[in-house]
Amino acid sequence: MSFIVNLALGLLFGAGLVISGMSDPAKVLNFLDPAGTWDPSLAFVMGGAVIVTFLGYRLVLRRAGPISGDTFHVPTRKDIDGRILAGPAIFGIGWGLGGFCPGPALTALGLAAPGTLAFVPAMIVGMWIARALTERPVAPQTA
Amino acid sequence: MTEFTPFASLFGGALIGLSAVLLMLWEGRIAGISGIAGRLLPPYRDSAFLSRLGFIVGLVAAPIGMIALTGISISQTVSSNLPLMMGAGLLVGFGSVYCNGCTSGHGVCGLSRLSTRSIVATATFMVAGIMTVFIIRHAI
Repeated sequence: MSFIVNLALGLLFGAGLVISGMSDPAKVLNFLDPAGTWDPSLAFVMGGAVIVTFLGYRLVLRRAGPISGDTFHVPTRKDIDGRILAGPAIFGIGWGLGGFCPGPALTALGLAAPGTLAFVPAMIVGMWIARALTERPVAPQTA
Repeated sequence: MTEFTPFASLFGGALIGLSAVLLMLWEGRIAGISGIAGRLLPPYRDSAFLSRLGFIVGLVAAPIGMIALTGISISQTVSSNLPLMMGAGLLVGFGSVYCNGCTSGHGVCGLSRLSTRSIVATATFMVAGIMTVFIIRHAI
């Protein structure tokens, strides 16, 4: 059952990425180019997503727990460590080079552009390396 | 040049937000793609594997389903510089999992929770992305 619900939510998320234009790296790279061919669309994607999520979380998190599962897994850390600066810096460089972040890269996979087919396996290797480096015997549950 | 699409982008963003809210309602998890995809690989520390697999299958199937159902064409311009794309993928995968989140986990869900760590992360990857594009397009 959870597989089916998650499949539907993944479809919804992916449809959002396609409709918003974020599955096209050219749009993302133009957003990151305010000194050149700037396309502010990505700010509207983030705006639409944050407004809905901000309001929706406010309603959902009033509940005692989720429908399926015991408790809400919401990150609680507040400290600013080296990883919360180094990770996004490394991620941002890759984002600026390829125009893909993880969601749009996976959604673009089915369109099978050669660049996407090179990007996604390398991204999965990068994820695996980061987990191998950061997950000690017991890993904290975070976003 | 790409066309500025405020309404389509706002609407698509709202669908992304709706998916994030429903995922929290259904099983109490953050809709962070790097977290969901990164944890599809072993070692497994919880029993949410099938949920994560379902979400990623849906994400990948979305454009294929949209094309099949509506016959729309989805335009994209992806760099065909394969070594560049492999390097970019490695950095994106490593960096996002290293800081526990990407554009969705920190950007959408974290900003919506007003998380300080997510605000710092989002500002950092935005600045790093803008600087990278500036160097490539305007400085080299």
